Amino acid sequence: MPRDNSIKKVLVIGSGPIVIGQAAEFDYAGTQACRSLKEEGVQVVLVNSNPATIMTDKNIADHVYIEPLTIPVLERIIEKEKPDSILPTLGGQAGLNLGMELAESGFLEKHNCRLIGTTPETIKKAEDRLEFKETMEKINEPCAPSLVVENIEDGVTFANKIGYPIVLRPAYTLGGSGGGIAHNQEELEEILANGLRLSRVGQVLVERCIAGWKEIEYEVIRDRAGNVITVCNMENIDPVGVHTGDSIVVAPSQTLGDKEYQMLRTSALNIISELNITGGCNVQYALKPDSFEYCVIEVNPRVSRSSALASKATGYPIAKVAAKIALGYTLDEIPNAVTGKTYASFEPMLDYCVVKIPRLPFDKFISAKRTLTTQMKATGEVMAIANNFEAGLMKALRSLEQHVDSLIYEDYSDRDEYDIMEMLHRVDDRRVFVIAEALRRKIPYEVIHNITKIDLWFIDKIAILVEMEQRLKEEPLTKELLAEAKRLEFPDTVIAKLVGKQEYQIKVLRNEWGIHAAFKMVDTCAAEFAASTPYYYSVFGSENEVEETTGRKKVLVLGSGPIRIGQGIEFDFCSVHCTWSFRRAGYETIIVNNNPETVSTDFDIADKLYFEPLTPEDVENIVELEKPDGAVVQFGGQTAIKLTEALMKMGVPILGTSAKDVDAAEDRELFDQILEECCIPRPAGHTVFTCEEAIKAANDLGYPVLVRPSYVLGGQGMQIAINDKDITEFIGIINRIAQEHPILVDKYLVGKEIEVDAVCDGEEILIPGIMEHIERAGIHSGDSISVYPARSISEKIKKVIVEYTRRLARALHVKGLINIQFIVAHDEVYVIEVNPRSSRTVPYISKVTGIPIVDLATQVIIGNTIRGLGYEPGLQKEADYVAIKMPVFSFEKLRGADIALGPEMKSTGECLGIAKTFNEALYKAFLGAGVHLPKFKKMIITVKDADKIDVIDIARRFQAIGYEIYATKNTAKVLNENGVEAFKVNKIEQDSPNLLDLILGHQIDLVIDTPSQGAKKSHDGFVIRRNAIETGVNVLTSIDTANALITSLENRDQHLSLIDIAEID
Amino acid sequence: MTITKERKQWKMKAFLILEDGHVFTGTAIGADKEVISEIVFNTSMTGYLEVLTDPSYAGQAVVMTYPLIGNYGICYDDMESRKPWPDGYIVRELSRIPSNFRSEDTIQHFLEINDIPGIAGIDTRALTKILREKGTMNGMITRNENYDLDEAIARMKQYTPTAVVKKTTCNQSYVLPGDGHKVALLDLGAKDNIAKSLNRRGCEVTVYPADTKAEQIIASNPEGIMLSNGPGDPKECVEIIEEIKKLYATDIPIFAICLGHQLMALANGCDTYKMKYGHRGGNHPVKDLKTGRVYISSQNHGYVVNTDGLNPDVAVPAFVNVNDGTNEGLAYTGKNIFTVQFHPEACPGPQDSAYLFDRFIQMMEEK
Repeated sequence: MPRDNSIKKVLVIGSGPIVIGQAAEFDYAGTQACRSLKEEGVQVVLVNSNPATIMTDKNIADHVYIEPLTIPVLERIIEKEKPDSILPTLGGQAGLNLGMELAESGFLEKHNCRLIGTTPETIKKAEDRLEFKETMEKINEPCAPSLVVENIEDGVTFANKIGYPIVLRPAYTLGGSGGGIAHNQEELEEILANGLRLSRVGQVLVERCIAGWKEIEYEVIRDRAGNVITVCNMENIDPVGVHTGDSIVVAPSQTLGDKEYQMLRTSALNIISELNITGGCNVQYALKPDSFEYCVIEVNPRVSRSSALASKATGYPIAKVAAKIALGYTLDEIPNAVTGKTYASFEPMLDYCVVKIPRLPFDKFISAKRTLTTQMKATGEVMAIANNFEAGLMKALRSLEQHVDSLIYEDYSDRDEYDIMEMLHRVDDRRVFVIAEALRRKIPYEVIHNITKIDLWFIDKIAILVEMEQRLKEEPLTKELLAEAKRLEFPDTVIAKLVGKQEYQIKVLRNEWGIHAAFKMVDTCAAEFAASTPYYYSVFGSENEVEETTGRKKVLVLGSGPIRIGQGIEFDFCSVHCTWSFRRAGYETIIVNNNPETVSTDFDIADKLYFEPLTPEDVENIVELEKPDGAVVQFGGQTAIKLTEALMKMGVPILGTSAKDVDAAEDRELFDQILEECCIPRPAGHTVFTCEEAIKAANDLGYPVLVRPSYVLGGQGMQIAINDKDITEFIGIINRIAQEHPILVDKYLVGKEIEVDAVCDGEEILIPGIMEHIERAGIHSGDSISVYPARSISEKIKKVIVEYTRRLARALHVKGLINIQFIVAHDEVYVIEVNPRSSRTVPYISKVTGIPIVDLATQVIIGNTIRGLGYEPGLQKEADYVAIKMPVFSFEKLRGADIALGPEMKSTGECLGIAKTFNEALYKAFLGAGVHLPKFKKMIITVKDADKIDVIDIARRFQAIGYEIYATKNTAKVLNENGVEAFKVNKIEQDSPNLLDLILGHQIDLVIDTPSQGAKKSHDGFVIRRNAIETGVNVLTSIDTANALITSLENRDQHLSLIDIAEID
Repeated sequence: MTITKERKQWKMKAFLILEDGHVFTGTAIGADKEVISEIVFNTSMTGYLEVLTDPSYAGQAVVMTYPLIGNYGICYDDMESRKPWPDGYIVRELSRIPSNFRSEDTIQHFLEINDIPGIAGIDTRALTKILREKGTMNGMITRNENYDLDEAIARMKQYTPTAVVKKTTCNQSYVLPGDGHKVALLDLGAKDNIAKSLNRRGCEVTVYPADTKAEQIIASNPEGIMLSNGPGDPKECVEIIEEIKKLYATDIPIFAICLGHQLMALANGCDTYKMKYGHRGGNHPVKDLKTGRVYISSQNHGYVVNTDGLNPDVAVPAFVNVNDGTNEGLAYTGKNIFTVQFHPEACPGPQDSAYLFDRFIQMMEEK
């Protein structure tokens, strides 16, 4: 069928800010789909509140709205742009829900607009629990049998019908409290009784227990002619019970025979056909390990994290094909971009093995519960490709950048066998290491399998790795042994440690024995057809098939690895733009990255893509083959920066700011020297190595002080200490992870925080704009609300900031980007941090000013000057808009994590509010972040003493818009004394009704709780904040954020304007 | 579940020598014997036992492009015929343990007891690329480190698989009882799932050896005739083609798969030719020319029917391969006969075209 020519203008809905469960994969899918639509001459209107995305670039869509993803905003965009169609299947669940709501309300019909890709009926059939169940019953596809019961008798009857074990899930309790697994009637009655009591509506879902079954996923595609194909299947190593986003996943499935594989494949195709989906779809199954019995767990009628993984695992561009299908094409009309010879109507065949490991944020949230459940907790993931599973696992482990490059992790030497068995029961991110330890202790496979339900095949593979550790420790290192260790992807560092040699000695031996990495192509067809995709992975013991390319200058662009807190999608934005820029300048571009969710790992971004871990050894393998003329590290976040030294040792020139100067910005003494030469003040501070030195330094400076390790991401390990005890505790935490770098102790200054990104060509600088943080210093810049242009500092201060930026950029010989953070206190400007590289704010400031900063920085790196590029150096003219970047958090997903903001970054994403006025921009930013107030018009205020004066005005303003205020004793006293009516509530440990009852009563909109600084934060505060978050109540932990929120609420009745980013230049 | 951990400390070297002089060094697996055969590759990611027991591989040694083989062991229920047929087996890696609730054996042991030599630990992708670029060629698997390359190549060049249909077909006819239509299945080296697919639809299936005379089949009054898949060069089956001409002449509905499809075409004056490296795998898209629908099919063939100059009064193409445009099926004009190049019986591979068996049943019903 040819393309539907009535489709001329399509609105694509993005997925909004990055939160746990909805991450960069939708930027990848959306960007690919938009390019696919534009290729067909379709006009694309894009809406997404997330400014760090590539899809919101003006070269990706024709009209770009970085606006809150709400129905009224979408309606206004449709009225303004008049698209004939909406593609809602690319923006995750958020996008799908919005599309659905617009269709169901009749708005689309009224405006001659329709959903393409998938119809509302289909979405409903897949998403509505009951309709889905009925549809599955109709086509004889089994779901786990379940029933909602309101009394014990019904529960028992149903359980007897479907058989034990039974899962019980009380309705409307968060995090599954009150639920459990019953193995017999006695347990059932006990858990059910408790669950019925706890449920707000007195209902409990009784469901057949499928925990421990194999979890298998299929990615399927269907076109409107009814052609169906499977792109890929995937097997979760962690059985049902762990969210697939938190599981280690392998593609294709490894332990399924053809009978099982085809049974589920046929089922998936039947489901997509019955649901009448046109586009991509993900079907998740539970497969009983000892029979052919299976259940459909879930169907997602849209692109998803799994479809991004499947695309990268196979080379089959699902989002691109789905977009073409939405335009009316059939699969046999869409060429396979990889082979160029075949069509999209075929199924990829892999001749390698793909392993995905989630990146979990427990290094950031030390107090969070590490248990993995059906609630996803990972912020990102890494993928590795190899020709055996063991190698894939090893490569993926070191791609995580969590100080682990093998299965040797924690020291278990003080644990006995019994402890290890106990630890195997814990389902958390460390389980794979515990299994390895269990195998070292010769605990039988069956015992491990019985506890973990992980398939014996995977356990045997882990055993093969453990045996290799043993052999390296015990046997003489022969050529054969080394070759075998490399085939299993043991890195040289680990081999060296195990055999008692130095890393370079292993390298020497490898060279002597000719043991080198070779690179193979991902071609979708297991080499059956010649392919031209330059998408490669490394293996040992095979022939290299990368064709040598010469002629053009080659540049190596190092990506930023897995998305984690502190290093998000913004660095992918920078890497991709830098690559495009080099490409335009005639360079051959080579990207190295390992994150399957990103745009940078799409095979047509660079001339060559190497899907590899970002460690010195892995990068060196590529360098030896490609011999690049230079490498760029300044766009890939800390991951890339960390490789600078290694690259220089390999003889690869670092393009842009030199390693020496990067170092100077990080090295305290060198940096102090530079500041002194430039006559720039900074808060006083010292570099220390021990706890004693730190305490002495802190006392010299006077408390409060800021303590942090040097060379860190997102303020990891950074804390504000108010006494000696805090210092002792913080240093202990810092030293828990391998610490090769010194610790910094600085005077903590209270003031306005200002941030600047600048491009420097070695001589002159260009500052697109000055940003100001709403929250005062002490809260990590990534967690602060950032306002452009800065509005509360004087012209004189701005001049100082520009001057300091110029001096610093020149002193550090910056070629490319530099990011500087200042504190303005008592009309004095202090520098607190300098990063001679791209930053989190680069995408946002580029978009709102229309100045392509990454492109300019790349041009400068190549040798152009700012003037040569047509820009007048210095601070650029302020834009006509106010743009506010609002952090977005995922606290509700992480049980036990403390949400109080501080110097350590905690947000997972951001959204933008852009408008002509500050108030409107602020309101949009809060709206985009999902703060929908008011509902009940009741709030709780409990603030530390230092904030008591500031809170009075805020409380008064909340009262003015109709809020009823509850406060703890001291806060209430201050408020009442100052004429703000506040009800006193009991603290948690006091009698009911107390604070907790109030929160759990589902009547509160907002909690303002500012915890005191230092280690000894009250346990009460923690409990309040957690309970509030888990019941969906907004919590603010900074008085400045509260002030911003009330300002926004006071201005909420205005008519929201729309700004097309594509028109800003 | 018990684990049979095969931990052979010794690893004997084996060599795969290709006709063009390429030598791959790996580890010996399976039987200890030297073999010369035609080397072909299969891209299926699952179904290695079905591949091994598909009689169409008689006279060939198979390379699996998926690198991890043997993961779920050997489930004897999944055998597609009484024994494995390839002369040799070439893999990247065999799993040390099998893991599946139905597994009864390891693939290592299975190859040994069935006297199939093999080689593991070689770069199967590099090998596949050679076969893709230069076309299917002969090769030798040996454990002899002192092989004489020139002598080996000379021997290899002489090798052609012959009389493979005879080797793979059944010795005598037998019946799979059913209370539905009576189907005669001519076993040209049939996969069991063809008979099973009919049997599952209620048919009483009588399986005949390949050299059965047409008269005998016709005399048994079948309601339908099924021509199976099978190995080798179709043009070699001169006598069978003559019998098929007689079957064609009746008005009994006929459905043919793979070799059966090629023989019916040859019986009607079409030509077949050898493809560069064939189609072997479970991901081949075939288009039903009547409906425009594309189905993903299981395939295993090195020869194909040439439809250039096909007389539409005899037959018209019914299916075509979306990738390379080769013929995938014919509908015979004015006859109740349709034939396909791919494998609707699957095993291994997608079950998407199983509906063709229903179409065959319908043909018998309408008759």
